[in-house]
Amino acid sequence: MASASDTAKLKWVGQRGPRPDGVDKVTGRARFGADISTPGMLVGRVLRSPHPHARIRSIDTSAAEALAGVKAVVTSRDFPDLPSEFVPAGEMLVNYRDVSRNVMAREKVLYEGHPVAAVAATDAAIAKQALALIKVDYEVLPHVLDVVKAMQPDAPLLHEDMYTLGVDPVPAKPSNIAKRVEFACGDIAAGFKAADIVVEHTFTTQPVHQGYIEPHACLANFSEDGSADLWCSTQGHFVVRGHCARLLGMSLSSLRVTASEIGGGFGGKTVVYLEPLALALSRKSGKPVKMAMTRDEVFRATGPAPGASVYVKMGTTKDGRITAAQGELCYQAGAFQGAPIQPGAMCAFAPYDLENVQSVGYDVVVNRPKAAAYRAPGGPIAEFAVESVIDEMAKTIGMDPIEFRLKNAAKEGTRAVYGAKFGPIGLVEGLQAARAHPHYTAPLGPNQGRGIAAGFWFNIGGESCANINVGEDGTVTLMVGTPDIGGSRASLCQQAAEVLGIELHKIRPLIADTSSLGYTFLTGGSRATFASGMAVIEAADDVVRQMRERAAKVWEIPVEAVTWEDGMAKPAGSNAGEFEPLSFADIAKMAGKSGGPLVGKAAINAQGAGPSFGVHMVDVELDRGTGKVSVIRYTVIQDAGKAVHPSYVEGQMQGGAVQGIGWALNEEYIYGEDGKLQNAGFLDYRIPVCSDVPMIDTVIIEVPNPSHRYGVRGVGETPIVPPMAAIANAVENASGVRFTALPMSPPRVLKAITGAALPDAAE
Amino acid sequence: MQYTTPQTIDAAVADLAAAAGAARVLAGGTDLLVQLRAGMVSPTVVVDIKGIAETRTITREGDGYRVGAAVTGAELGEHPDLERDWPGVVEAVELIGSTQIQGRASMGGNLCNASPAADSVPALIAADAVCRVAGPKGVREVPVEQICAGPGKTTLTPGEFLVSFFLPPRPGHAGDAYLRFIPRTEMDIAVVGAGVSLTLDGSGKCTSARIALGAVTPKALLVPDAGAALVGTTLDDAALAKMAAAARAACKPIDDKRGTIEYRTQVAGVLAERAARIALARAKES
Amino acid sequence: MAKSHVTTTINGDPVEFLCTTEQTLLDVLRDELQLTGSKEGCASGDCGACSVMLDGRLVCSCLVLGVEVEGRSVETIEGMAQGDHLHPLQQKFLDHAALQCGICTPGFLIAAKALLEKNPDPTETEVRYWLAGNLCRCTGYDKIVRAVMDAATEMRGA
Repeated sequence: MASASDTAKLKWVGQRGPRPDGVDKVTGRARFGADISTPGMLVGRVLRSPHPHARIRSIDTSAAEALAGVKAVVTSRDFPDLPSEFVPAGEMLVNYRDVSRNVMAREKVLYEGHPVAAVAATDAAIAKQALALIKVDYEVLPHVLDVVKAMQPDAPLLHEDMYTLGVDPVPAKPSNIAKRVEFACGDIAAGFKAADIVVEHTFTTQPVHQGYIEPHACLANFSEDGSADLWCSTQGHFVVRGHCARLLGMSLSSLRVTASEIGGGFGGKTVVYLEPLALALSRKSGKPVKMAMTRDEVFRATGPAPGASVYVKMGTTKDGRITAAQGELCYQAGAFQGAPIQPGAMCAFAPYDLENVQSVGYDVVVNRPKAAAYRAPGGPIAEFAVESVIDEMAKTIGMDPIEFRLKNAAKEGTRAVYGAKFGPIGLVEGLQAARAHPHYTAPLGPNQGRGIAAGFWFNIGGESCANINVGEDGTVTLMVGTPDIGGSRASLCQQAAEVLGIELHKIRPLIADTSSLGYTFLTGGSRATFASGMAVIEAADDVVRQMRERAAKVWEIPVEAVTWEDGMAKPAGSNAGEFEPLSFADIAKMAGKSGGPLVGKAAINAQGAGPSFGVHMVDVELDRGTGKVSVIRYTVIQDAGKAVHPSYVEGQMQGGAVQGIGWALNEEYIYGEDGKLQNAGFLDYRIPVCSDVPMIDTVIIEVPNPSHRYGVRGVGETPIVPPMAAIANAVENASGVRFTALPMSPPRVLKAITGAALPDAAE
Repeated sequence: MQYTTPQTIDAAVADLAAAAGAARVLAGGTDLLVQLRAGMVSPTVVVDIKGIAETRTITREGDGYRVGAAVTGAELGEHPDLERDWPGVVEAVELIGSTQIQGRASMGGNLCNASPAADSVPALIAADAVCRVAGPKGVREVPVEQICAGPGKTTLTPGEFLVSFFLPPRPGHAGDAYLRFIPRTEMDIAVVGAGVSLTLDGSGKCTSARIALGAVTPKALLVPDAGAALVGTTLDDAALAKMAAAARAACKPIDDKRGTIEYRTQVAGVLAERAARIALARAKES
Repeated sequence: MAKSHVTTTINGDPVEFLCTTEQTLLDVLRDELQLTGSKEGCASGDCGACSVMLDGRLVCSCLVLGVEVEGRSVETIEGMAQGDHLHPLQQKFLDHAALQCGICTPGFLIAAKALLEKNPDPTETEVRYWLAGNLCRCTGYDKIVRAVMDAATEMRGA
């Protein structure tokens, strides 16, 4: 349990030390997914559907196979037809029947870019030629891209066997609605009756891509004995192992997956795309196969966050007590079910202490790439809607927006609509810090406006292993299983150093491959510093216990009489002072003689992840001539529980905020009527550039999470939850116009502020 | 695909002729390589003209400037005299892409790629620039606004290539400016571009004005009515409003992923007015 | 089609390689010379992850043909440190936590070095606009800009 005394005299936790992988990354030495090669390797490329929806009548690969230099061609024939089975991955559930079809289409193609075949050839030019020689006979079908249209009874049907789960009675006819979820408590009818003011809107958002700069890449190497090595850029190599083994009909132990350095993931690299294809091609050709996506493929065929239509209705009394909250969230799942409606519906109203809530979610398939997690999946969309309505309610009753939120804020003991009670949380502290911050009262100039919004993510724990191997010279290798996407290696070493009591530089971390460490769930759900941290602490505790045992043996006293202080075993109690303390290095040196090598380990399913609440404040300036919204000041306040490495906590806060700025102002997928993506590149899929944003000020709050020895809460996902509403609220403050559609791009803003009706959202 | 590096104009003309229409000229490559990669073009020969001195130099010619077609944006921006005399042309070229793109991109490439949204073109048209084109039949001079034929198409005949631009002498009290609208602060293709070049007499009255718009018509357009609205005036608010209205009236934009018809038309007027104000301020200072 | 033979200078060393005319300088660096520090993020000049210096100019190597560097001089991230002595920019990026995943970092370092060689005392705005061609999705740019300005101060001896 974290306590004030634990955290008061910390030596390493809380420091801004050097980062173990830093030098390799600033010199270009670090190896990412596409950075390795092996002799004799082939180049793999994917043939993708040009149609958003079509039946595959036949595929003829004979001409491609006959081309000189082509060593293997695979289609769905090379993969087993897997039955329906749901498996957790991060905060989402995956269905293997769908995963296998997303990786390689079987009966139908369901989005432009859907893989239908893959080839491996001796060079890229031949591989490209081979793709052009594959003949696919498609029966083109009508397609549907819009979530509301897809829910209509006459919409083109993606899956003939999709009968909506979660409705009673089960529908007689199939539809594109995979699932309905509902969370409710109290009596919303009564709640709305009791309200003095009711505000309701329907909000529309577009799909947005995680935007990682590194495209997916991997290298697969099959041996003739049926075992394989896979190098890939991923947030979860154990999950990759599980998916690939299933898709290729291999045993887990015969597939060793090594996680490369990863050039961004944000949830988008928790799924497999190329990996099963590369493995299948390698198995078939008997050679290593390297595959990398182009940027175009990343946009056309990898999962964005869903677009959505979200209805929110809330009521409040004149003196600021929210009496009822109702939401209906329709999320685009893309081609296969699995939009994050569950977390979205659960989290939408959870920051507030409410008696009467009804939160309903619909998971709807459409002819777009299958959605994947993007930082707090489901949350940002819901919170954009809720925090906009909250802002409008506060304005309508004439109450300060922070005061209004404070009056209704969830606290320790508040029960969320999904049943769980919050432990200690930092929402109130965050709101108070916002109110006290100079940004809140700084003067605004002409055409400028200010907005605030709150948000949170519940965060997860999960299965995590750690090994600590003590070298004879007292230096240590720390093996963990969570790929490092944001600096977690540093914070894990700090936690180990804190427990072991040795200098930080004596610990070298390693992200172990799947054969070298016990099962570790992926880096996601903001869990690496928290859950891998707990495993690291337990492994370090194990080492310390063994060290004490060795000292006890040497001193011939009971182990209970040996303490561990500042990296030293010391005799305590009645033996105090009788023996010179033995240092970590001393005991390491005599390990062999005193019983054998010193190895600490942990294999846990970390529980007790603490939610992280954040409050964002933003100032915008509106150009009334062009509708352009510029962000001129931004402050992120967030509860980290305990910031192990404050620089990396700040980094998460700043990075998530800027992703949110992009989501709010410019990012969206633009499809033509033909169902083809028009902006499959960084030119027209507009993520924020350096000159688009100001410095992002950060305030770290620390309300310790009692489950973690140092009080750690995950922080990675929360920062993307508040920005869209904060910016919409700022734009409303500057212009008087409430935007319910994202992105608030210049054409939409100009039209709205010059008094015409709001334009339809782009399809 | 073959790659040639002619060192003279004649050698380049010969290389292009030998390819019989299946060649592409390479200057900075910031459009060509993207198109090659995307499979949009498949030339049998790429003729790299950067070895030809005339395409790479900036020289005074009389009181005007001769600017090589393959001079990079970065080099253009480092030429102090050119920036002083033609700030609008220079700032237009400097808006193309990122610093990295600036290290390679050229006015010649920008013009000959013939995107309706090309940033340098409205400024060059406003400046009344003239292009020197070399081909099998010799060298000819072409006003810049006659080079683009439509999106992705030029009026250059097979085997011709752009060697250099001539920017005419600048009288006193002259100023130019280029503005574009993009949704971010950098890195976007212009949704609307407006180039303005004007001259004042001693009393501050406008004696000539050229207004050109980009990204609102199939090729960048000189708008004579907009210029006429300013001539004889001191660019007071009423004159500018009239100019902006003329600019809007000339727009025939499309709806695409970068902007709507309505939006482009509205903003064309806003930018033309803002660019005119900047050009006016520069003219007063010069 | 036979490959072209190119002789060039990379990070001060003479280098020869074979490449097709279609291969870009980025392809050559990564696939022929195993200099994988320059990254492919988009292959269309929109992300800057492939930034190198060509004859002293900051360029995207994905927009330069391999054959174009005949007789020229190329500088990549691999040449930035001197032995184990990091360039001040590299050190400041580490000190300021100006990288999270690190994929964009080589491109930013090359671009920032080019900036400070041209303008040793840039304002925050000048830094941001110069680096607008380098995309980062992890950091939100704040710590990158701070690192560059701090390196500029140190390099000026201020």
